[in-house]
Amino acid sequence: MENLTALSYDLRKDVIEIICAGKAGHIGGDMSVIDTLITLYFKQMNISPENMDDPNRDRFVMSKGHSVEALYAVLAKKGFFTLEEVLENFSKFGSKFIGHPNNKLPGIEMNSGSLGHGLPVCVGMALAGKMNHQDYRVYTVMGDGELAEGSVWEGAMAASHYKLDNLCAVVDRNRLQISGNTEDVMHHDDLHERFRSFGWNVIDVKDGNSIDELNAAFDEAKTVKGKPTVLIANTVKGCGSPVMENKAAWHHHVPSEEEYTQIMKDLEARKEAALHE
Amino acid sequence: MSKIANKQMICEVLMEAAKTDKDIVALCSDSRGSGSFTPFADTYPEQFVETGIAEQNLVSISAGLAKCGKKAYAVSPACFLSTRSYEQAKVDVAYSNTNVKLIGISGGVSYGALGMSHHSAQDIAAMAAIPNMRVYIPSDHLQTKELVKALLKDEKPAYIRVGRNAVDPVYEEGNVPFEMDKATVVCEGTDVAIIACGEMVKPAKDAAEILKEQGISATVLDMYCVKPLDKDAVVKAAENAKAVITVEEASPFGGLGSMVSQVVGSECPRKVINMSLPDAPVITGTSKEVFDYYGLNAEGIAQKAAELVK
Repeated sequence: MENLTALSYDLRKDVIEIICAGKAGHIGGDMSVIDTLITLYFKQMNISPENMDDPNRDRFVMSKGHSVEALYAVLAKKGFFTLEEVLENFSKFGSKFIGHPNNKLPGIEMNSGSLGHGLPVCVGMALAGKMNHQDYRVYTVMGDGELAEGSVWEGAMAASHYKLDNLCAVVDRNRLQISGNTEDVMHHDDLHERFRSFGWNVIDVKDGNSIDELNAAFDEAKTVKGKPTVLIANTVKGCGSPVMENKAAWHHHVPSEEEYTQIMKDLEARKEAALHE
Repeated sequence: MSKIANKQMICEVLMEAAKTDKDIVALCSDSRGSGSFTPFADTYPEQFVETGIAEQNLVSISAGLAKCGKKAYAVSPACFLSTRSYEQAKVDVAYSNTNVKLIGISGGVSYGALGMSHHSAQDIAAMAAIPNMRVYIPSDHLQTKELVKALLKDEKPAYIRVGRNAVDPVYEEGNVPFEMDKATVVCEGTDVAIIACGEMVKPAKDAAEILKEQGISATVLDMYCVKPLDKDAVVKAAENAKAVITVEEASPFGGLGSMVSQVVGSECPRKVINMSLPDAPVITGTSKEVFDYYGLNAEGIAQKAAELVK
């Protein structure tokens, strides 16, 4: 089995290349969420270019669609398209590689970009699975800033009403949004209690950038019957290099040449450390 | 002459189809009673989803179901469905291209005295402005039946607006001319072309009778397919007439009148008069009282046509 932690730093490098090539990208959230995506696509979900039309495939919706560069890096690694295609086309005129997920691309189920849509859509997907007696699972990732959208809670309400234990949501709890600290913008400090009160099983992932911890949490979620599960993944925005870690200004930012060099060096060092752990 | 509400006809057609097609799913937002969908919910509980009073959820859940192979029919008052869940219609349905049919019930001023919060004068303009969203407003229950049968055969998004009450039929049982996305020619004439949709088709047809007595001949088009608008039918009707009148139970902006004016203006310039609800909160009253007040009835349409061709 490939060292997925080492891979996460390689894919972070791909994300940096994509953002520099397209001269755009939500870099901070890409770096916080990428471990969740790697865990889902390489450990948890039965989804690949070979079975992408199979009705029994697991479903994933990127609710925090602005972190699309991380999704592109992961989908390219899975073989849905090539990294070269992404680098050549991302954000360019006429491209399908838009700054938010676009289901004209293989491997992407739903278009997103406007926040608060992914969870309710996944409720529909999970309901269809129950109706058809299929055993696929449905996953979505939301940002913590996104939780201010009322539609998230409409979806949360319906997911427990319909006992959707085939649905697992992840909150990429990186505690920063475009205007600053999430708790200053709109507080979510009782997040676990909120989801519990909506009838959800809540799993706190202490280190949301640990693939092992995430994987264990996803495994646990599968054993919970009669209710949906949410993983509160406590992540670091910009995870991978001190240049960008925990900095709100890096919500959307294209690294300068100097920053690029330092970030790549930091990512390589962390990869090496992961390989020799 | 039998008549039932268009919304009831939608339910009947879907129930017939649901007998053999287990992928048909109806969804309501605490609107199964007002949408005449209680029989569907009772007969096919496993193919029915209740979302509670949550229209955004209604539409997103519909899109998720559709993405997993279901044929989703989301039934909710037009006033809420076309505004509260507008973004879900735009992103999850139209942009993601999911097989969701949005059924806006009690459209226009159906809720009469309940006030502007419950009117949906904006729905045609709002929904038509979304790329990949079609807009249909059938005139009577017979046409509604044909429309829903046709919609069952495609997998594309659509918004369908129907009124609350049963209306007098425009067509006759067993003789309902219908071709998908083609306007129905109700009658043909050479002086004036009246293009109407929904509940305005019947008064337009009756107006043609009044005009006939005055020696004025009118074409009446039932433009149930507001989008995609049947442009050929508009051009043909306009070319054969001295002037055009559009009639709709909607805002004066961005609806049938605007769309017909665009086509006539560019293809065969003629004078076009748009008859619609006002750009203001609508006066309190039943649908009929409201229509009469604003001249959206046979007499009003005939009078406008007579003035035009004088």
